[in-house]
Amino acid sequence: MEKNTPSPIQKESIMLTINGTVHRLEVEVWTTLLDLLRERLKLTGTKKGCDQGQCGACTVLLDGQRINSCLTLAVMHDGSEITTIEGLAQNGKLNPVQQAFIDRDAFQCGYCTPGQICSAIGLIQEGKAKTKAEVRELMSGNLCRCGAYTHITEVVLEALERSRT
Amino acid sequence: MAATKNGEARNRVDGYQKVTGQAKYAGEWQPPGLLHGVVLNSTIAKGKILHIETEKALQLDGVLQVFTHENRPPLAHYDKSYQDLDAPPGTPFRPLFDNKILFNMQPIALVVAESLELARYAASLVTVNYEKKQHEVDFEKQLQHAFIPKDYKAVAPPEPWGSPAEAYHDAKHRLSATYTHPSQHHHPMEPHASTVLWEENGRITVYDKIQGALNSQKYLMGVFGLAQEDVRVLSPFVGGAFGSGLRPQYQLFLATMAALELRCSVRVVLSRPQMFSFGHRPKTHQRFSLAASEDGQLQAMIQEVYGETSRFEDYSENVISWPLVLYNCANASLSYKLVGLDVYTPLDMRAPGGASGIFALECAMDELAYQVGMNPLDFRLKNYAEKDQFEDKPFSSKELRECFRQGAEKFGWKNRPNQPRTMQEGHELIGWGLANGAWEANQKPAHAKAVLAVDGKLTVSSATADIGTGTYTIMSQVAAETMGLELEQVTFKLGDSSLPKAPLEGGSATASSVGSAVREACRQLGKKLLELAQEVDGSPLKDIPFWEVEMEAGQLRLKKDPTKAMALTDILHQNQKDSLAATIDSQPSEEQDNYAIYSHSAVFVEVRVDEALGTVRVSRMVNAIAGGRILNPKTAKSQILGGMVWGVGMALEEESVMDTHYGRFINHDLAGYHIPVNADLQELDVIFVEEEDDIVNPIGAKGLGEVGNVAVAPAIVNAIFHATGKRFRDLPVTVDKILENDEV
Ligand code: FES
Ligand code: FES
Repeated sequence: MEKNTPSPIQKESIMLTINGTVHRLEVEVWTTLLDLLRERLKLTGTKKGCDQGQCGACTVLLDGQRINSCLTLAVMHDGSEITTIEGLAQNGKLNPVQQAFIDRDAFQCGYCTPGQICSAIGLIQEGKAKTKAEVRELMSGNLCRCGAYTHITEVVLEALERSRT
Repeated sequence: MAATKNGEARNRVDGYQKVTGQAKYAGEWQPPGLLHGVVLNSTIAKGKILHIETEKALQLDGVLQVFTHENRPPLAHYDKSYQDLDAPPGTPFRPLFDNKILFNMQPIALVVAESLELARYAASLVTVNYEKKQHEVDFEKQLQHAFIPKDYKAVAPPEPWGSPAEAYHDAKHRLSATYTHPSQHHHPMEPHASTVLWEENGRITVYDKIQGALNSQKYLMGVFGLAQEDVRVLSPFVGGAFGSGLRPQYQLFLATMAALELRCSVRVVLSRPQMFSFGHRPKTHQRFSLAASEDGQLQAMIQEVYGETSRFEDYSENVISWPLVLYNCANASLSYKLVGLDVYTPLDMRAPGGASGIFALECAMDELAYQVGMNPLDFRLKNYAEKDQFEDKPFSSKELRECFRQGAEKFGWKNRPNQPRTMQEGHELIGWGLANGAWEANQKPAHAKAVLAVDGKLTVSSATADIGTGTYTIMSQVAAETMGLELEQVTFKLGDSSLPKAPLEGGSATASSVGSAVREACRQLGKKLLELAQEVDGSPLKDIPFWEVEMEAGQLRLKKDPTKAMALTDILHQNQKDSLAATIDSQPSEEQDNYAIYSHSAVFVEVRVDEALGTVRVSRMVNAIAGGRILNPKTAKSQILGGMVWGVGMALEEESVMDTHYGRFINHDLAGYHIPVNADLQELDVIFVEEEDDIVNPIGAKGLGEVGNVAVAPAIVNAIFHATGKRFRDLPVTVDKILENDEV
């Protein structure tokens, strides 16, 4: 068929530092940060559970803060620094939170796990959660249908403990 | 002889991949030139499509095709070709087959484009004209047309026992009440997805979200007339499923059709709202009439079930066997009718039938216990089933009494005042409730292959799945243990249609079925190794029968004299072999037919109810499980905890709300459909009681996916009664119901 309508969307140049690597990218302005990571950069460790900001599977650290990457457009973050699940291990050594997820069996299917881990690390950095009840409340943006919450809470409490000492 | 002691608590062997983001799920494979498909769904529930206007979408640069019923390729015609391994009796739904609309959100078009965003945008430009017909989606209204299906997918209601109506009438204590729960959706965190890798020779490799790669393969062969060697299905990682992956879903059909037609690789991922457009747990109405004698002996049990189904398939599940699996009663009748609606066919969802049936049964038993004036625990023990009356067989093992004992002790049940509405702290009424449950633990036929390489690495495989259940890990453990190797030396492969056949991964059958096959394959390999060992000159194992040797510490050795040994790798070396393989087709023993094989659970719950706010908090739960031998206490505990979380969802939160006007589930996202979040769970305790069973299967394990769930919802509801003195018979018990209910 004769195509006569070009794609309606324009592109913008941005620069992102992702897991320590600088990327200069031409991105379509309708691309979410999540789709940029997953589809374009093949960083599929960040998950898409709803694409609507309702599940937390897409949580990444943006300039150190946990955000839902499905709820934000990539073009809005020119110059930002992003850490995804793929960027947490240093020199082949897992981040202690990652290791604790394995040791405490804080997942089953693993699909919510990258989001839980990024969220946990973000939460610890925020320094808001002190008690078990606060951890549960402040981790409630990350759904886990497998129901690993009990162990996730233990991991976060343990990490909080570690961060205080 | 069955292995007896529990397995070791080990970390998941796939844990590293999962915490680093390396585990790849069905929608994450990116072959070169990948195209993206976005599905368009109907906005009416019944009628036909008059016209689909696709021109505007097709005009866009980068849009390759819009598939509809008008331009789809020729497809198989017979029902049989569409029937997958989990299909209920009836005529399976065929995507894009013709212009008829059978349910709301029916897939009616697939837009294929070079990028996801473009496909989504193009889909928004497609317009559809319908001729609407009056749909019927109102379960309550359609109850009067309930029917008895020609075939039951699960268990058909048997003839009554004794004279239930008379016994009910004559008994001292009687209860008759109706219990309901709404439709619910599975909502695995990973949405359903299929990536089809198209190869130049016309063959396809498909990454599908499925609980059995063989099922998707069979389906694609049937529908598209493909030969077995032309389609390979893989599902190495599945982001949860809970039954939603038992049947191939429509994204598999659409992605494959597009790939074959466009001769390109195609991926289709469903959106979260589209996760409401296929199977769900069917809504049920259950009328229970229970009667007991003055001293609390059950006299009659009458269960009448009405369950939802679609217009094109008769879906039924095992809602009705539970009264006679769990209790002992001379007079009983069980019936189950279906209510046909203009919806998609329901689908097995975690503990299908058990979750529904045991909820109603256990709430009714609690009510009757109060009429009799007994503690609900004593009442259950008084009517404890020593054998399975439903099938008239003895249990292969049943440590439910021990579950009650250990659970009650851990929970502190003996301090519970039987009188409801007697415990309070601040604004909150406190209630303690319990329920018990069971789940079938039958072994199914399964195949497995074990290959030992000369470097000492063992690879075992079977076409089963790991949907988070720990299959990779426990199968590796079973293999390591059988072969006397370290866990690190073993790799287990699954999720691949080219591997030895396994049953669908569901109904808690995998540990038992595939586990037995893995063990047998390893033992078979051991026998072959012994034969080879005996061919070696000066073999220390000459003329020794297999039953006199053991595989330990990487060696084959004489049981009574372990110094007579040969290293497994040596055996291969000395015979100039790189590897040795054994394949097994494992069948349940005939002896199993003579037994009722079930796992059991007893659940104790504390709730805190704020009547002014209508809130219910589940503050404490103890779940005591008799599940045979526990292969890995660590992953096993996670499975039970998951089941408990699901119980909270069923009791208090989950409801797919049908808008009868539009004929559509109206709360179709995770903001509208509530599943438990972290803050909804507090103290959860799991106890595995010891249970030996050498009949269930050679490994003595019973499977745990469902038994941890079935009794949780009724225990919560019973605890709410104990807190408030009010009965809630319609799930979920949400804020509005607590605020409204003033019947004491
Ligand atoms: S995918 Fe972003 S919140 Fe669910
Ligand atoms: S581990 Fe499966 S959703 Fe959390």
